[in-house]
Amino acid sequence: MIYWEIFVAFFIPGILGYGGGPASIPLVENEVVGRFEWMSVQEFSEMLALANALPGPIATKLAGYIGYDVGGVLGATVGLFAAVAPSLILMILLLRILFKYKDSPKVKRLTLFVRPVIAILLGVMAWRFLFESYEGIGIWQTVFLTGASYFLIERIKVHPAFVIAGALIYGGFLL
Amino acid sequence: MKTHWNLFIAFFRVGILGYGGGPASIPLIQKEVIEKYKWMDNEEFGDLLALGNTLPGPIATKLAGYIGYRVSGIWGMLNAVIATSVPTILLMIILLGSLSSIKGYDWVQGMTAAVIPVVGMMLAVLTWQFVAKSGSGLGWVKTAIMVVILFVLLQLVGVHPGIIIASLLVIALLIKDKPSKERDPS
Repeated sequence: MIYWEIFVAFFIPGILGYGGGPASIPLVENEVVGRFEWMSVQEFSEMLALANALPGPIATKLAGYIGYDVGGVLGATVGLFAAVAPSLILMILLLRILFKYKDSPKVKRLTLFVRPVIAILLGVMAWRFLFESYEGIGIWQTVFLTGASYFLIERIKVHPAFVIAGALIYGGFLL
Repeated sequence: MKTHWNLFIAFFRVGILGYGGGPASIPLIQKEVIEKYKWMDNEEFGDLLALGNTLPGPIATKLAGYIGYRVSGIWGMLNAVIATSVPTILLMIILLGSLSSIKGYDWVQGMTAAVIPVVGMMLAVLTWQFVAKSGSGLGWVKTAIMVVILFVLLQLVGVHPGIIIASLLVIALLIKDKPSKERDPS
């Protein structure tokens, strides 16, 4: 049952991803590439690259797009619902209780303990992206593009959308 | 009707102008909700954000949904969630759909190839932010030990990340709190 699979694929990242949407990217990849094999690693990377070039929350973009790719409009709806609803419902139901315990060390520890896991998953993905780039366009282009984009986005705070647009143009003409 | 229209426009802007995923759109939400439409004051928003962060899942839609709910019930919630997420999903489907039909061209492949290291860099920066937050929250020694153990479990043994996260959550809840003057991680 494809819709059930779509639900599972986005429910798990939605309920386990601490640290907002970007934290759920590697969890989504784990389900979509590793478990259900809807996409290859290469296809996932390309899709993620494009998703990053577009505005808006990343988790819902992935859920909506992959859901659509695998199961049409209904698939997109199921994916979006699975990504958004569980944590939103929790939030609405639990807000009052959470509010009471928001300074409790237990509640703070939840996020604290999950962060290193997310860090590793993200780090491995970052490494894979850079390695794939090294295999595709060679070490010098990779170093140049990584360095230039780091400088532009992180140092002089150019909007990422412009940097990605610039990279697209550079790639279109020179690679 | 007016309220619904305002909700839609507010969160549509948040979705379409926020770059870098949900967390990047928090200041945009703040601007719409507090300054423009005055649905909440700063303090309430701050509490909401703090609580939102203790729960898993995408933060942008959690905030949108909750604020929509507070402003006008279930329909407000649906409205705000749809306004935040659907426009960019449509963009994504249209763009990727048209891209795959021209994928064979060299220049298109060049374009994708050039974006991959940029995204790699952005993921690396995100990784560092998570490591840095762990370091300041848990302490660097604990973080380093955890990172090594978790790396072995996740990448070498191949345990599903869900199982690891779920067990960590259980451990976090079971640890006894130190009686007083618990160090404050924030």
